[in-house]
Amino acid sequence: MISIQNINKWYGSFQVLTDCSTEVKKGEVIVVCGPSGSGKSTLIKCVNGLEPFQSGKILIGDTSVGDPKTDLPKLRSKVGMVFQNFELFPHLSITDNLCLAQQRVLGRSMDEAMEKGLKLLDRVGLKAQANKYPGQLSGGQQQRVAIARALAMDPIAMLFDEPTSALDPEMVNEVLDVMVELAQEGMTMMCVTHEMGFARKVATRVIFMDQGHIVEDASKDEFFNQTRSERAQLFLSKILQH
Amino acid sequence: MDLSNIVPALPGLVEGMILTLELLFFAVLGGVALGTLLALARMSSNPVLSKLAGFYVNYFRSIPLLLVITWFYFMVPFIIGWITGRPTPIGAFTSCLIAFMMFEAAYYCEIVRAGIQSISKGQANAAYALGMTYSQAMRLIILPQAFRKMMPLLLMQSIILFQDTSLVYAVGLMDFLNTARSKGDIVGQPHEFLLLAGAVYFLISFSASMIVKRLQKKLAV
Repeated sequence: MISIQNINKWYGSFQVLTDCSTEVKKGEVIVVCGPSGSGKSTLIKCVNGLEPFQSGKILIGDTSVGDPKTDLPKLRSKVGMVFQNFELFPHLSITDNLCLAQQRVLGRSMDEAMEKGLKLLDRVGLKAQANKYPGQLSGGQQQRVAIARALAMDPIAMLFDEPTSALDPEMVNEVLDVMVELAQEGMTMMCVTHEMGFARKVATRVIFMDQGHIVEDASKDEFFNQTRSERAQLFLSKILQH
Repeated sequence: MDLSNIVPALPGLVEGMILTLELLFFAVLGGVALGTLLALARMSSNPVLSKLAGFYVNYFRSIPLLLVITWFYFMVPFIIGWITGRPTPIGAFTSCLIAFMMFEAAYYCEIVRAGIQSISKGQANAAYALGMTYSQAMRLIILPQAFRKMMPLLLMQSIILFQDTSLVYAVGLMDFLNTARSKGDIVGQPHEFLLLAGAVYFLISFSASMIVKRLQKKLAV
């Protein structure tokens, strides 16, 4: 479903991504991990065209992300994204946050959008917060709303950019539970995260990145038990101590 | 100090104030609208657009408002006559209004630009990730937030404009200050009338600044 082929990206003269390639098939859950600065957030932002890349190809279905003729907004409406800082729209109520894109991008009626939005809000356990504003919710609640907002667009795949990194430890689980459920329902997901527990639970494959390269791309079992690269082993040994 | 001549002069003074406020109202509306467009142009990835907007802003912020008012008084009718092919007399009010709009737009542009840039890029990313176009993201997400943030500064700039409207005396428009001055000259009591004018400007500007301060406190995060 998502095909990343030989992506190279530079910021000026600094190369942030070097020859990155991988495939995400329908229903797979890919976890991307690695140290800071490894390029994992940059890579995932390239998938839906939020960051441009200078060479290589990214295909979502049959559509090429980097092709100037591609209708990027239309493509993006089919791929949901959840951000580290939640990025709910603070000037809009929760309901408006959920319905705005449905109405303006997908052209749904107010009723349709509300129905879908409230259903998803209930699914993430926040129906009671419908009329509040993002500033009145905790981080974990905001992130769950953000996931609902992305799901309201009926995406074919979901991208997660460190969804729990900005959360208090107590709230991490409420968000991970939602993500686990989503994975178990068969959503195609690509997640940049440090949460190895989540990876062990639902990941199909784990990708390890370091300094802009994809150093390891293995099935979950292989990654955790038979890690091939030294760098990945070092990383795992450090973070799995917690 | 003889204030007895002020009361009979009041209707004229009120008329002058109405003119001042009319100028202010339309200049602020037009200035903010043009300023927002300039801000978007200045931040656009199109180099021609951004350079042109930059030049416009830097130019109008480097010359005195009085100069702009005097120029426009002569230039606007001339240019319109040249475009339409026939001499078109434009009143002083219209040419001053255009002068104010174009001048203030440069200042409003910088305020709006700062406002837009203060909204985190993540907000724009979130909007794009949902499939919104640049125009939708700007109109629905970025600009509403930017304006909320910049409201106090936009109002402060408008208060300054309120005081600057008095410069239209240079082209003979009877705004509040000019009316007060001329009424004072007619009865031979310039001091009393100028004192009154000063008091009125002070009252209005000061109350407006107080409102802006309250607004700033209310909108502070």
